[in-house]
Amino acid sequence: MDFTLIFFYVLAATAVATALGLLLSRNAVYAALFLVLNLATVAVFYLLLGAPFVAMAQITVYAGAIMVLFLFVIMILGAEKLPKGEVLPWQRPLAIGAAALLLVEAVYLLLQRVRLTSDLSNPGTWENSMDALRQMATLLFTDYLLPFEVTSVLLLVAMIGAIVLTKREKGEPA
Amino acid sequence: MIPLDHYLLLSAILFTMGALGVLIRRNALIIFMSIELMLNSANLAFVAFARSFEKASGQPLFSGQLFVFFVIAVAAAEVAIGLALIVAIFRIKHNVDVDQMSSLKG
Amino acid sequence: MEGIFTLVPLIVFLPVLGLLINIIFGGKMSEKAIGWLASAAAGATFVISVLLAYGLWSAHGEAVTVPFADWITIGNLHIPWTFRVDTLSVTMMLVVSGVGTLIHVYAIGYMHEDVRFKKDEKRYRRFFVFLNLFIAMMMILVSGDSYLMLFVGWEGVGLCSFLLIGFWYDMDTLGRPSWANSNAAKKAFITNRIGDFGFLLAGMTMFWAFGSVQFGEVFGLAEEIAAAQPGIIVAITLFMLIGVTGKSAQIPLYVWLPDAMAGPTPVSALIHAATMVTAGVYLIARSWPLYTLVPDAQYIVAMVGAVTALFAATIAVGQYDIKKVLAYSTISQLGFMVAAVGMGAFVAGMFHLVTHAFFKALLFLSAGSVILGLERGHHHLAHHNPLSAGAGGHEEHEEVFDPGDMRNMGGLRKRMPVTFWLYIIGTLALAGIFPFAGFWSKDEILLDAAKLHPEVFALLLTAAFFTAFYMGRQIWMVFFGEPRHEAAAHAEESPRVMTVPLMVLAGLSVLGGALNLPGVHTFGHWLEHTIEMVEHEAHLPAWLQISWGGLNPIVALASTVLALLAIYFSWLIYGRKPLAAGQKDPLKKPLGFIFTGMENKWFVDEGYWAVFVDRYVDIARFLADVVDWRFWHDWFHEKVIAGTYNWLSHIALNRYADQKGIDAFFNGLGELTKRASTSLRRLQNGFVRSYALAVLLGVVVILGYLVMR
Repeated sequence: MDFTLIFFYVLAATAVATALGLLLSRNAVYAALFLVLNLATVAVFYLLLGAPFVAMAQITVYAGAIMVLFLFVIMILGAEKLPKGEVLPWQRPLAIGAAALLLVEAVYLLLQRVRLTSDLSNPGTWENSMDALRQMATLLFTDYLLPFEVTSVLLLVAMIGAIVLTKREKGEPA
Repeated sequence: MIPLDHYLLLSAILFTMGALGVLIRRNALIIFMSIELMLNSANLAFVAFARSFEKASGQPLFSGQLFVFFVIAVAAAEVAIGLALIVAIFRIKHNVDVDQMSSLKG
Repeated sequence: MEGIFTLVPLIVFLPVLGLLINIIFGGKMSEKAIGWLASAAAGATFVISVLLAYGLWSAHGEAVTVPFADWITIGNLHIPWTFRVDTLSVTMMLVVSGVGTLIHVYAIGYMHEDVRFKKDEKRYRRFFVFLNLFIAMMMILVSGDSYLMLFVGWEGVGLCSFLLIGFWYDMDTLGRPSWANSNAAKKAFITNRIGDFGFLLAGMTMFWAFGSVQFGEVFGLAEEIAAAQPGIIVAITLFMLIGVTGKSAQIPLYVWLPDAMAGPTPVSALIHAATMVTAGVYLIARSWPLYTLVPDAQYIVAMVGAVTALFAATIAVGQYDIKKVLAYSTISQLGFMVAAVGMGAFVAGMFHLVTHAFFKALLFLSAGSVILGLERGHHHLAHHNPLSAGAGGHEEHEEVFDPGDMRNMGGLRKRMPVTFWLYIIGTLALAGIFPFAGFWSKDEILLDAAKLHPEVFALLLTAAFFTAFYMGRQIWMVFFGEPRHEAAAHAEESPRVMTVPLMVLAGLSVLGGALNLPGVHTFGHWLEHTIEMVEHEAHLPAWLQISWGGLNPIVALASTVLALLAIYFSWLIYGRKPLAAGQKDPLKKPLGFIFTGMENKWFVDEGYWAVFVDRYVDIARFLADVVDWRFWHDWFHEKVIAGTYNWLSHIALNRYADQKGIDAFFNGLGELTKRASTSLRRLQNGFVRSYALAVLLGVVVILGYLVMR
């Protein structure tokens, strides 16, 4: 009885449950909070997989900044509840069917075709040390320098874009 | 010792649920969040693979983690723009129901 | 001397020159100038003919051929235009140009008055152009050295006859607007055409059998071919006979000649008495080598001539128009000529041709003088006697006056003495009274008939009796008794330009017998250079064997006595008690239906119309109406062709091929595209969610593909 495995199953169930919550909740705030939980769960997974930096990044950036932004917007817009009324009645069954098919195919492909080492070892001490972090940083600034710089440009662009899009024209009501 | 398959399976499930969310929900913000969920599941798969491709020296393959890093950055940018768009649309339509935004109807 | 013969082409080209000058410059010339120019052309032709005769006499009558031009050269067929100068052709040339010149001069005066009576002075020039053309054509006929050249002239004179008969084409003989004259011209042309068809058959058969139509070649080969295929010569000669019956007005194609009297009198004199109608006789005389080889055909020719002679003479007895009497007389005398040459008496026939030209022309021209005399009298009355002629001039004259009707005449010997004496001379010559020209020529024919074919002799003798009778009748009716119409009472004599040529002709009619007096036979010897006469030594009865240098006194006496008897009878009926105005012909009651027959030309024309012409018109009408219009046009063209075409284009092509086929196809394509686009358009519903679903479906499909792989 592997303690890690049980831990994994619990976490997996949590993740799926929160995802389900996101899917089904009528209230957008509730959905956002479910997502935050999901992200936190996935961060724990990262820890399990020996990627502490990524886990931290996930918590601070993803769950901390992005989701907060989401919540800001939800609050501002007041978009908690939506009126009832389905315009595309055939969408739901078809979507569920397609998604089911997708799941089946994805599972099949991932499990049958991808032949890799089956078991992943638990993370040891080295993964959580500064050495690992240092190596990763070095890699970031040498092999992956270009994507790094481009990403910074991308962020700049996003910033400008966000400002431009939300700018109020003269005379437009708030 | 968790088999890789488990992670992949979990990733697939989360991805599917995200896709379903995009298709079924009408609230633009919820759809956005479902997209984040999908991205998230892909990140999980990346990290799981990075772990499985261990080098001989026992060091994991950092490329996978770095990729996740980039994905998160891009996701952030995307969210910024996306939300700005939704706000801009809301100003006009006073509504975030994607079904109301069908002026591009052919 | 040989050089003289090179002048031959002038006999054709001098009249042509005359007519060309008249055509081109005639508009600017006076009537006198036109007339005298044309007469000069004819006169010059006569002079040339005299020169040729002299040349021929110097050359002892040897025939001369003068090649002029190459006409047809196709492969082996070679037909040149060659002039033939021999005694026979020169005789014809002299007669035609001589009598022709006299008639030209006469016509100057005659037409001058006629165009004024008919009120169309502009037509004067046309007359002389046509007359010159006729002379030219007749010259081509008699001077040709081949049957084809002869035929060219034959057709040409036929054309001129048509043009001249229909000279007053828009009127009838009395000057009223009518189709009558042009119908007469048409009748002449068409009847002649039938004859020409016979001639053409003869020519073609000749070419087929002999390989040539040149006189020299044909006559040289004649005996050979006759021995090999005798039937051919019979065919050729009989086909030629058909042509002769057309041109020389024998039975059955004579019917055009009386109608041809619709033309002006000079035309009747020249063409229908002296020259054109004798072309048939000339043809047979020219073809003597062929005819003498086939006695059977000869007999048929002789009988045709003899029967025609008698037949026409009977009709002449019942005619009232002065020119019609002379017309039937011409037919009758032509019958004499044809009978003569048919029997082989070529000299007798040609001799009668020459003398007949003299006295018949004289008679016709004198008749013209009489007619004009009456017209003048009528005119005189209308102008000077407004009371008797109605108010105003001619045009308002109610009564229709026929100046040629003998019933309107009478007592003209006092009013027109010159014409009277000229006419008497002509009549005596025609009746065959000694010593006028007609006696000698007619007598020769009768003698030859008596010797060769007694039945022909009987027919001709009877015809001679009738001839004298109807001429006597004419004299008593026209010149004796009292005038039966005011116009006759005021008739005026003709001017000298008309009477002088008549006097010349009268002189010739008196002295013409000298041409061939018995014992001397000048003409006979002259002709014998060209025509070989074969003496028939048949068994002759004693009375026929008497010969005073060729003349048999018994026959001569018999014919003279008969003629005098006939004149006496005519005096008894018409002379002793002259006709009064409006009185019926005294022969009508005693002869009853016979006289009706004679009056109505034995209904031959009516018979032809009923049997041939009306049937032809019926067929033509049937073909035009039923076959052409109703069947061909209305049904075939409209329904079948146009209908099929319309069906094809409207129904088959338009409706089925085009509309249902091609249009439907392409419309269907468009429709298909439209429907496809309409359905596909629904994909773009503007809902983001459905687009996202589409993406997902695409992903599923791709993954499915990967799975299947």
